[in-house]
Amino acid sequence: MTQYIIRRILILPLTLFGVTILIFAMLSFLSPEERSALYVRDIPHNKAAMDGIIKRYGLRDPIYVQYWHWIAGRPDPVTGKINGGIARGDLGYSRYAGQPVSDLIKRRFPATVELSLWSLFPIIGIGIWLGILAAVNHNKLIDQVARVFSIIGYSFPTFVFGLMLLMVFYAKLRWFPSGRLSDWADAIVSAKTFTSYTSLITIDSLLNGRFDVFLDAIRHLVLPIVTLSYVSWAVFLRVTRSSMLETLRQDYVTTARAKGVKEKDVINKHARPNALIPVATIGGLQVAALLGGVVFTETIFNFPGIGSAAASAAGQLDVVTVMGFTLMTGLILIIANLIVDVMYAFLDPRVRLQ
Amino acid sequence: MTEQSPVASLQVFTFDLPQRNITWLERAIGPEFYRIFRGVITNPLSITGTALILFWIVIAGLAPVLAPPLNTVNPYMIPRDGFGTTPKVPGTTWAIRPPAMPTILQPFMPKGWVHIMGTASGQWDIFYGVVWGARTAIKVGVIIEGLCLLIGILIGSLAGFYSGWLDEVLMRITEIFMAFPFILAALTMSAVLTPTFGRGIWAPTIALVTFGWMGYARLIRGDILSLRERDFVMAARVVGAKDSRILFRHIIPNAIYPTLVLASMDIGTVVISFAALSFLGIGTEVGYADWGQLLSFARNWIPNLFTYWYIVVYPGLALILFVLGWNLVGDALRDIMDPRMRGRGSE
Repeated sequence: MTQYIIRRILILPLTLFGVTILIFAMLSFLSPEERSALYVRDIPHNKAAMDGIIKRYGLRDPIYVQYWHWIAGRPDPVTGKINGGIARGDLGYSRYAGQPVSDLIKRRFPATVELSLWSLFPIIGIGIWLGILAAVNHNKLIDQVARVFSIIGYSFPTFVFGLMLLMVFYAKLRWFPSGRLSDWADAIVSAKTFTSYTSLITIDSLLNGRFDVFLDAIRHLVLPIVTLSYVSWAVFLRVTRSSMLETLRQDYVTTARAKGVKEKDVINKHARPNALIPVATIGGLQVAALLGGVVFTETIFNFPGIGSAAASAAGQLDVVTVMGFTLMTGLILIIANLIVDVMYAFLDPRVRLQ
Repeated sequence: MTEQSPVASLQVFTFDLPQRNITWLERAIGPEFYRIFRGVITNPLSITGTALILFWIVIAGLAPVLAPPLNTVNPYMIPRDGFGTTPKVPGTTWAIRPPAMPTILQPFMPKGWVHIMGTASGQWDIFYGVVWGARTAIKVGVIIEGLCLLIGILIGSLAGFYSGWLDEVLMRITEIFMAFPFILAALTMSAVLTPTFGRGIWAPTIALVTFGWMGYARLIRGDILSLRERDFVMAARVVGAKDSRILFRHIIPNAIYPTLVLASMDIGTVVISFAALSFLGIGTEVGYADWGQLLSFARNWIPNLFTYWYIVVYPGLALILFVLGWNLVGDALRDIMDPRMRGRGSE
């Protein structure tokens, strides 16, 4: 067990190295002119100045030299100041937003975290609940309904689902607006009297005692949460269902029934805890699904998170910006997978004792 | 008394075995495929799925008949009726330079060709886009899945067959490609490739292939790892067959089917991803007959979406029904092919 975790952590630097190589390989498709955005904010339009920048930042150097500079930064030959370097947290400059990519990420990230965290409740709650319900009522009506629902669920592209929700609940009924906050609430949040503790508006507003702002934030969150979690419910439902079916066939469940344990207790106490262990393994996949899902959800609902920023940047072919987002989400995903694997080893005694 | 023939005397020892009728079809395609085929045609969900897939294949095949192109050189460009920004409702008469009306519809439309599904902003005809979009969807789905399979099978079978350090290296590389959220990685790659390939189907196609092959590599590697220990491989080795012959003639043909079948069912998912990239504006050029492209017109009309519902509903429905077809069949196939479920009927 300890060995497993150690091996898993030892392989981490190797994965990170591979990830940076892959991203840099994509970057090297770009012309040196475009790559200069890694180091300078204002890309000059005249040729002489451009050549000067290419020379200054070594954008025509051998590829491994450039890779090293991309990782560690490149000292300016004149002033000696180090520029760029993703290891230093400098991801270059965003052409589309006119600011450093890392600043853009810092500014946009809280909105995405808020949206994703809230989405976890329906995904895990409803998905697991329906999955167990379907397995317990195997081949009955509710199971069939759940099955059809889940197939339709993952046949429904996120962006089509979101657009249809907008069509009905925003354009027609005007129940839920798009964006992150209404104008009046935005004015309150950006005022000096409003203290930002976590940058998550739903939590900050409660801490500041502004219940009206909290309600406004929730109203803006409802449709994005439904959209973001819809596909993931379907996946959780399927995995929970099949795992629960498998568990209910185990001998120890029969034993429990044979000795007269109530069916409710058989399901809740004997079967469910074990059935949920495999569900943990899709946690990593779900993080990936969420990070991908926010790209569409935020774009459609005009929600100012990293997903909509990545989509707009990609639309304008601002590769340096998109690359920054990809690198960051890649890191999040690697860490999430590590946590899921370690957690799985803890949860499953068969793995733990090995 | 006549002497009994030896054959007749043997009849003493025969007893009734439960006989199973082996149909000509089973003889023709083999028991494994027959089992899969029967599973698909006896399950109502997968029958619906098959019907949906066939429906779209027919639409795609008949595209030039259903929606005759105006521009025969590049029929994938949707014809437009002027340049106005406001979408027109379904049933509006085609005012400027209408394309030919489909022959089968002529009796129903005495007044001339109309926009059956309305127009999007820029007066792109939605009906044309939906019909030719089916072609784009099938074309793109088949190309992407084909290339993903090729790469996946190559890498997976090398890793599984040689195992050892090669396996270790190839599988670590595979994991690195899986380290990114799929759609973001494809978004980046597509943005990187667009200046080289221009806007069109190629940049997103290559991007989706680059980050789409890993699942097949892992699947076939697993199958090959168990196959290579089997006796027939040993037999081939004893006879002195070369590695390449063992791999390509003995192992891959035995290992490939689950991967092939599952990959073909992933066409639906791939088409969603392709449409998604177009929707975000980094796939095909504006006006290309592609469902995601059509849906992206809706992004300009979000506050009035209910008035201009046809921009979302028709292409959206087309995409959903296409994907649903593949997923319904794929779902049934997964159950049939899952060895744990074998012999238990469909669960």
